[in-house]
Amino acid sequence: MQHYSGFGLLKHALHYHEDWQRVWRNPTPKKKYDVIIIGAGGHGLATAYYLAKEHGITNVAVLEKGHLGGGNIARNTTIVRSNYLWDESAALYEHSMKLWEGLSQDLNYNVMFSQRGVYHTCHTLGDMRSNERLVAANRLQGIDNEMVDAEQLQKEIPSLDCSKGARYPIMGASVQRRAGNARHDAVAWGYARAADALGVDLIQNCEVIDMEISEGKITGVKTKQYGVLKADRVGCVVAGNSGVLAKMAGFELPVESHPLQALVSEPIKPFLDTVVMSNHVHGYMSQSDKGDLVIGAGIDGWVGYGQRGSYGIIEHTIQAIVEMFPCTSRVRMNRQWGGIVDACPDASPIISDTPVKNLFFNCGWGTGGFKGTPGSGNLFAHTLAHGKPHPIAEPFSMYRFHTGALIDEHGAAGVAH
Amino acid sequence: MLLIYCPHCGEHRDEEEFHSKGQAHIARPLDPDNCTDKEWGEYLFFRKNPRGLHHELWIHATGCRKFFNVTRDTVSYEIKEVYKIGERPSVVATAS
Ligand SMILES: Cc1cc2nc3c(=O)[nH]c(=O)nc-3n(C[C@H](O)[C@H](O)[C@H](O)COP(=O)(O)OP(=O)(O)OC[C@H]3O[C@@H](n4cnc5c(N)ncnc54)[C@H](O)[C@@H]3O)c2cc1C
Ligand SMILES: [Zn+2]
Repeated sequence: MQHYSGFGLLKHALHYHEDWQRVWRNPTPKKKYDVIIIGAGGHGLATAYYLAKEHGITNVAVLEKGHLGGGNIARNTTIVRSNYLWDESAALYEHSMKLWEGLSQDLNYNVMFSQRGVYHTCHTLGDMRSNERLVAANRLQGIDNEMVDAEQLQKEIPSLDCSKGARYPIMGASVQRRAGNARHDAVAWGYARAADALGVDLIQNCEVIDMEISEGKITGVKTKQYGVLKADRVGCVVAGNSGVLAKMAGFELPVESHPLQALVSEPIKPFLDTVVMSNHVHGYMSQSDKGDLVIGAGIDGWVGYGQRGSYGIIEHTIQAIVEMFPCTSRVRMNRQWGGIVDACPDASPIISDTPVKNLFFNCGWGTGGFKGTPGSGNLFAHTLAHGKPHPIAEPFSMYRFHTGALIDEHGAAGVAH
Repeated sequence: MLLIYCPHCGEHRDEEEFHSKGQAHIARPLDPDNCTDKEWGEYLFFRKNPRGLHHELWIHATGCRKFFNVTRDTVSYEIKEVYKIGERPSVVATAS
C-alpha cells in the first residue's frame, strides 16, 4: 500500500498527480473464503479490516450489491459521541470513541475526525433532569459529559437563541467535548483501502440473493453475479436490508426499517463550530468544513425501503432549526435525501449469533450507527474470528428480546443521530 | 408524502393526520400465562419488516381517531388497499 503523507503529496505534484496507485483492487471472487461479510458499508469494511489486522484472518471477502460506501455510511450526518446512558452502551460507544481518536493514523487516511463537541439542549425541567442523570451516569462510567447553564451556553454558541423569548426557552445543555464529527466517505474509503492492503477481497456489484444452509448451518451465500460463494462463517452487516437477509436465512429480527432524512444548505461562511441537537424541539445541526449546514431529525414512522421520506418530516425539522437558530431563517437548502435505517425497539444495536450456525448479524444501529463504526467492526471481527462474542458485544445479542434484558437508550438516542 | 384514505371518514387525507402503528394482524397470545419468554418476546418485538407488500395498522389520529389497515408497497410506498379492522387483505404477496 502506498503510504500517504504530506511529502508524498508534494512528490506527486511534480508528476501532475498522474501516477497515484489505485486505492483498492477490483478482484474476481474466489470460490471459497474463511469469512464472507455481506455489505460494504462502514461497519462491514471495518469488520474486514479488524479481522485481518487483529485476528490474522485475511481470506475474507466483503460482498456489496452496489458500490462500496454507498449506503447509510454515505448518507449520515456524521455525529460521533459516546454519552449514552447504560453501562453496556457506554462500554460499546466509548470503545468506538477510543478507536476514533487514533483512526486517521491507524488507517493512514485522513477521516477528518473533529472533536468539536456535541451539545444537547434542554427546554423543560424533564429535559434538565434526564440530561443531569446522563451526565452523572457518564461520569461514573469515566466518560466526559457536563452541564452548562443557558448563560454559559449563549457565550459558547452566540448564534443559538438562548433568550427567554424563545418559544421553548433553553434552560441549559449537556455537552460532551470529546464528541464531534468525521468525514463519512473517508471512513468507508479508509477502511476499504486498509483492508484491501491486508488481502481482503472487496467485491462490488455482487448482491447476495440467498443463503446456502444445510442442517441448520450456513456454508455459503448465493450471489446474483457470481453464483454460490462458500465460507466457513458469514457476517451480515447490511443495515436497512437486515430484514431481507434474515428472511433468506429463515428467521425474523426485532428490527424495522424506516427512512431517515437529512438535508444540507447552500455553503455559507463559518458561524457554527460545534454540533447542537435538541430532543425537545427535535432537530440537530452542524456546519461542514465546506460551509453547508448539515441538518437532520427523526425517522418517518412507517416501514420503508425507498431511500426517501415524506416532506412533513423535513418541514418539522426546519421549524426546529429556525426556532433554535433564528439567524438561519433565510438560508436556502441545497439537497435533501434519505437512508434506510434498521431500528430496534430499545434503540440499541444487535451484534449476535443467530438461529443459523456460523451466521452472525450486526444490525439494528438505526439512526446512530456512524459513531459506532470502528467499535462495531472491531467487536464483530472478534465475534467472527472466535465464533462467540467479545464481552463488550455480549449484551447486544438479539436474544435479549427473549430474555427481556433490553438496553433502553431511547432517552440518550433521542433525536435521531 | 402519503395521501391516505380513511375508511371511516370516507375521505383521502394528508399523512400528517395519521400515525403508523406497524405490522397488522399480530395476534395476542391466547393463553398469556403459559407463554414462554421466547413466545412473549416474539409477539412483542419480532417483525416481518418486508421489502415489498406490507399489511399495516394505521390510526386517523387527528381525525376520527379510529384504527384501520393498509396494504402498502414498502419500496414504491404505493397504497394498494385500505380495509377495516377484522377484515382480511385482498392484495397479498405471492410466495417467493
Ligand atoms: C440521514 C441519516 C443520518 C444519520 N446520522 C447519523 C449521525 O449523525 N451519527 C451516527 O452515528 N449515525 C447516523 N446515521 C446512522 C448511520 O448512518 C448507520 O447506522 C450506519 O451507517 C449503518 O452502518 P453501515 O455504514 O455499515 O451501513 P450501510 O452503509 O448502509 O451499509 C450496508 C451495505 O449493505 C449493502 N447490502 C444490502 N443488501 C445487500 C445484499 N443483499 N447483498 C450485498 N450487499 C448488500 C448495502 O448496499 C450497503 O452498502 C444516520 C443515518 C441516516 C440515513
Ligand atoms: Zn378517519
